[in-house]
Amino acid sequence: MIRLTIDNKPVEVAEGTTILKAARQAGIHIPTLCYFELAGMNFENKPGGCRVCVVEVVKDFNGRPRRNLAPACATDCVDGMEVLTHSQRVINARRTVVELILSDHPTDCLTCAKSGQCELQKLAQNLGIREIPYKGEQSTYRVDMSPSIIRDVDKCIMCRRCENVCNNIQSVGALSAVNRGFQAVVAPAFEQDMIDSPCVMCGQCVQVCPVGALSEVDDTRKVMMAINDPKKTVVVQTAPAVRVAIGEEFGMEPGTIVTGQLAAVLRQVGFDYVFDTDFAADLTIMEEGTELLDRIKRFTEGDKSVRLPILTSCCPGWVNFFEHNFPDMLDVPSTAKSPQQMFGAIAKSYWAEKMGIKREDIVVVSIMPCLAKKYECKREEFSVNGNPDVDYVLSTRELARLIKQFNLDLKEMPTADFDDPLGESTGAAVIFGVTGGVIEAATRTAYEVFTGKKLERIEFTELRGLEGIRDAWVDFNGTPIHIGIAHGLKNARTLLERVRKGEEQFHAIEVMACPGGCIGGAGQPYHHGDSSIIKKRFDATYEEDRNKPIRKSHENPSIIKLYKEFLGEPCGHKSHELLHTHYFDKSDHVEIGE
Amino acid sequence: MSHHTFINITFNKMAKIKSLAELREIKEKLKSNLDLREKSENSEELIQIEDAKTHVLCCGGTGCKSSESDAIVANFNNILKEKGLQDEVMVVKTGCFGFCEKGPIVKMIPDNTFYTQVKPSDVQRIVEDHIINGCKVKDLLYLDPETNQHVADSKHMGFYKKQLRIALRNCGFINPEDIGESIARGGYEGLGKALLEMSPEEVVAEVTASGLRGRGGAGFPTGVKWGLCARNEADQKYVVCNADEGDPGAFMDRSIMEGDPHSIIEAMAICGYAIGATKGLVYIRAEYPLAIERLQIALGQAREYGLLGKDIMGSGFDFDIELRYGAGAFVCGEETALIHSMEGQRGEPTFKPPFPAVSGYLNKPTNVNNVETFANIPIIITKGADWFASIGSEKSKGTKVFALAGQINNVGLIEVPMGTTLRDIVYEIGGGIKNNRQFKAVQTGGPSGGCLTSKHLDTPIDYESLMAAGSMMGSGGMVVMDETSCMVAIAKFYLEFTCEESCGKCTPCRIGNKRMLEILDKITKGNGTMQDLQELRNLADVIKDTALCGLGQTSPNPILSTLDNFWDEYVEHVVDKKCRAGVCKSLMSYEIDSTKCIGCGACKRVCPQDAISGEKKMAHHIDNLKCIKCGACYEKCKFGAISIK
Amino acid sequence: MAVIKLSESKINFVKDICKQFNNEGGEVINVLHKVQGEFGYLSAEVQELVAEELHIPVARVYGIVSFYSFFTMTPKGRYPISVCLGTACYVRGAEKVIDELKRQLAIQVGGTTPDGKFSLNCLRCVGACGLAPVMMIGDKVYGRVTADKVAGILAEYNN
Repeated sequence: MIRLTIDNKPVEVAEGTTILKAARQAGIHIPTLCYFELAGMNFENKPGGCRVCVVEVVKDFNGRPRRNLAPACATDCVDGMEVLTHSQRVINARRTVVELILSDHPTDCLTCAKSGQCELQKLAQNLGIREIPYKGEQSTYRVDMSPSIIRDVDKCIMCRRCENVCNNIQSVGALSAVNRGFQAVVAPAFEQDMIDSPCVMCGQCVQVCPVGALSEVDDTRKVMMAINDPKKTVVVQTAPAVRVAIGEEFGMEPGTIVTGQLAAVLRQVGFDYVFDTDFAADLTIMEEGTELLDRIKRFTEGDKSVRLPILTSCCPGWVNFFEHNFPDMLDVPSTAKSPQQMFGAIAKSYWAEKMGIKREDIVVVSIMPCLAKKYECKREEFSVNGNPDVDYVLSTRELARLIKQFNLDLKEMPTADFDDPLGESTGAAVIFGVTGGVIEAATRTAYEVFTGKKLERIEFTELRGLEGIRDAWVDFNGTPIHIGIAHGLKNARTLLERVRKGEEQFHAIEVMACPGGCIGGAGQPYHHGDSSIIKKRFDATYEEDRNKPIRKSHENPSIIKLYKEFLGEPCGHKSHELLHTHYFDKSDHVEIGE
Repeated sequence: MSHHTFINITFNKMAKIKSLAELREIKEKLKSNLDLREKSENSEELIQIEDAKTHVLCCGGTGCKSSESDAIVANFNNILKEKGLQDEVMVVKTGCFGFCEKGPIVKMIPDNTFYTQVKPSDVQRIVEDHIINGCKVKDLLYLDPETNQHVADSKHMGFYKKQLRIALRNCGFINPEDIGESIARGGYEGLGKALLEMSPEEVVAEVTASGLRGRGGAGFPTGVKWGLCARNEADQKYVVCNADEGDPGAFMDRSIMEGDPHSIIEAMAICGYAIGATKGLVYIRAEYPLAIERLQIALGQAREYGLLGKDIMGSGFDFDIELRYGAGAFVCGEETALIHSMEGQRGEPTFKPPFPAVSGYLNKPTNVNNVETFANIPIIITKGADWFASIGSEKSKGTKVFALAGQINNVGLIEVPMGTTLRDIVYEIGGGIKNNRQFKAVQTGGPSGGCLTSKHLDTPIDYESLMAAGSMMGSGGMVVMDETSCMVAIAKFYLEFTCEESCGKCTPCRIGNKRMLEILDKITKGNGTMQDLQELRNLADVIKDTALCGLGQTSPNPILSTLDNFWDEYVEHVVDKKCRAGVCKSLMSYEIDSTKCIGCGACKRVCPQDAISGEKKMAHHIDNLKCIKCGACYEKCKFGAISIK
Repeated sequence: MAVIKLSESKINFVKDICKQFNNEGGEVINVLHKVQGEFGYLSAEVQELVAEELHIPVARVYGIVSFYSFFTMTPKGRYPISVCLGTACYVRGAEKVIDELKRQLAIQVGGTTPDGKFSLNCLRCVGACGLAPVMMIGDKVYGRVTADKVAGILAEYNN
């Protein structure tokens, strides 16, 4: 153990502990800016670049004071050290550093997407900065807008969190620090637009950005216009992970389940029909589960044209990722559309027919924990004669903003039910929101269909957890089924490469692009690196599952009715037409010619 | 003249050297070739030409090469052949003599005649007058600016008198492309001694005892650094030679690599043995093609002789070296940035600890030293730590190479014992200020250093004294300035450099230096305020205190030291809106003194802006609205009629 | 799907170089040195190809190219001019030489004349400080350059 004093307080820490963590342990708060940690998720960003967390080492290992201030985030404690975190010298340096950052930062805080959530704003406020003494050139770049993400790098403070998450957690590699000195900034290659880069729109860069340099494209205005258009029938679907997170935006404890309030508030905001993506999640299980069983069956019978494992395809970031990086495996993922797109397709066919509303007069809005969904709904293959199955996607944060525009408070909302028939769902659908949930839901159904037996134990705890890569064997009544799970795209890449090399064999693999699954999605309320928030959403999701009277997708009465009235059978002709898709090679190709 | 036969130095098929005894045998065999040069170097008496054969040493360094030294060598060979003297006279293309101001240099051995600014067309005269008739070519001899007398030989030149060449011991002495000359001069003996007669611990102890400190910057004790790396167990360790010389105005590392590449190879192998590394990497600027070529030749020869590779000199120790190319980033002189660059990353520094000695190249223990540091190693091993420690000052041992530049008569590369005074350097070696102007300041340490003033002229120069004066040793740039240099503009020049070279990783360096530069720009344009000076100092202090790496932490030094030493000049710029040196264009104008102007029209013709008007033989006039202050007229006027206001 | 269009000979050259370095990502700087040595500059297409061959993101390649001043994405003039801005040259008036070159060529530092003949750049110390101020055109070094010598030097390249 190492003994030191921080602000004259004796502290004892394990070797290898940084001053920052030792201080936290002692209840002393050292402000940080570039530093970011998602504990338990293998993500720590500490370039030591912002210099906000500098502290004064008045006594170092050699008994002498350290010449320069030390970054608390990157300096290990040593025995006998004496550290001051708020000396005059430290505060002056910290203030000057923040003033310098502000001197190259737009001061449009009032209208900034990050206003109120901005870590720089908070820092400036805490330091009591009232003016920026240093005037000079400011970085100016053009704003880059992809369907999901807005990059306004005038606001970039070079914390490198986005670069780190894009490369080391997602292995997408769309972003890198470019140029140097004052011109240094994080950007895609050649400072091209994100849409032209290998970006998969997962949006994790947005989730970690401390300032307004990266934010989501805001579609609330378009949605309001649709709601106010008397010719349109506006239906809304809300994804499983939204109900365990949106409460945070209204000051509720992370993990508070607000399903009922959510349905009520959506109605109050003006949506004509309030449905649930969970319904479509159950439908996804029917299609994907059937496809899985069919593949396994054909594979075991020796059909050489069948490839295993089947990969889940509900995560649009993941779909983009394999289209860019695994073009040789495009026939491996399930062809089932994501729940969002299944919902859109059914709403604008089955439900439209049922209601006698023309497709063109229906506007489908999704509330998603995700930014890639904004891109997904714009894919050409998900529209009919130019009319998209899903018109607009709002992230959890955008919905919160919309609600606030109406001066409504989720906390004070009564609870209400979703509308029928696209609002009925099971516990299996709810757990789509967490890593391992889709495959557990599929297993619940596939087991019963495959074995013809009733499932004794509904909860497949062996599939749960927050480990980046997991695997489990599930016994299908004597047939062992090997299931793999990955969340975070780098983990997915690792797992897929193992499969590609033949090092491991699976029957099915579930992949979620975001750490923790959709509960940690880029459209969710900012967690600011507090992984306990993700954990609470995680627990709440399983609680919601337990609260459901029906917990297996194939037992959802509305789903049964849908097949009976409209689709026929899972993976049947109509299903293929409406609920399945195909994938494209988006990798780079070298061609001769200049 | 008697006929000698040279021993063929360049072996075509050389068997690998298998022991220290074999190396010494070869040295003995080859030594006679250098005898003449050694004698002329050491003897106080001039050796008479009749007694011995002649060696013609032509500088083949980058500076002299750019002024046609290759053609000079070729002419010597051709003319000597014509005269049938090719076996009598040995023409050697050497490394740099250091006296770049007067290049190309040709030095005649044995009498040490030092010909300066030689043109290829001068060769005929040198051969006929000097070699054949024994008569020096007077007009090519060095002209002492003080006495206005030609100096007969290098031993009597002020430039060399106070120098002590250890790191540069072979530069300008041997042919760097011939390993035989290196061996004859004692090359690889240190390696042999280390490998076969010393334990690695003893090598580390010897280097530590010598007191050698890093010559690239902060002066960390080299032996201690080696010891730290030696202590860390690993399956692979690396020796890295930092040859990414980036300080503008310092070129000693390039000179050493061009003039004596074998000493670097030998030193790296010694280091490898001491710390337990079998791989060496030289990180070298891609802009140094000649140094790269000479290193590659030397590496090839060393491998051929078994002085690199497996089982060196039968010791069982393996070591080899690869080259890695820098790509133009000053920050890569910082060792963590250098390592990232070698790994194929942006050259951004990372916070230390961990030090490279623990986790460096590919996360393995790595020892990084710069070229000049390494150049001292072989001779420390052969001559011993005590010998080395006897030279220099109390805490700074040995010598230091400086690149002397600026407004000084003798620009060039010099090597002096630590503790030599600035006065000796400027006035004795440097030959004083150009055009008899007034000494104003010396900038040492490049962008990381500061300015010394006349009050420091008698300070012995070493690591401590420079630090105390607010400067630093840095890599050894030494730029002399006279009254024509504006200290605010100099501070701005260095800061411009730092801003351009900042990696952009940390806030103080990325934004802070930019803001300081903007303030300085404002001051030099005449818009500065006293408040600006205050902000400048606060920023400088905070940047020094908070920047991530050495580059950022030292970048305020040129500002802090000029603020301290030339405060009045800053105030003049800010309050009086004057630049006394006449450098800051916004604060000056050119004026023609009508009493001195004779109306020759020279200024009018040279003016690029047609800003000068006046009838022939009448006093001229400058239109300040048109004038861009290029100074062309000022330089052209022979009558001193144009002055700076 | 991004399509990288390059001539066959360029593709083969880049692929060969990458192979020489075992297609290892860590060798990217060495590869870029060789490729720029051959083509004179590093086009976006070439960087894409290098990235693909070395299995690293093209953003990283560009991050490196834009970091190191030795690498360039614009073709240089037939006669690239570099003026030394090392300290020795600076204090002996290199800035005036640059100003004169800018004026005569009507380009800025970093630019190329419209006819592609000259390009103008600064560099930091060629180590010929004794000859300060120094400029280079191609590999040829000109020492003790003053503003009024510039026209004469440029005239050497008139045909």
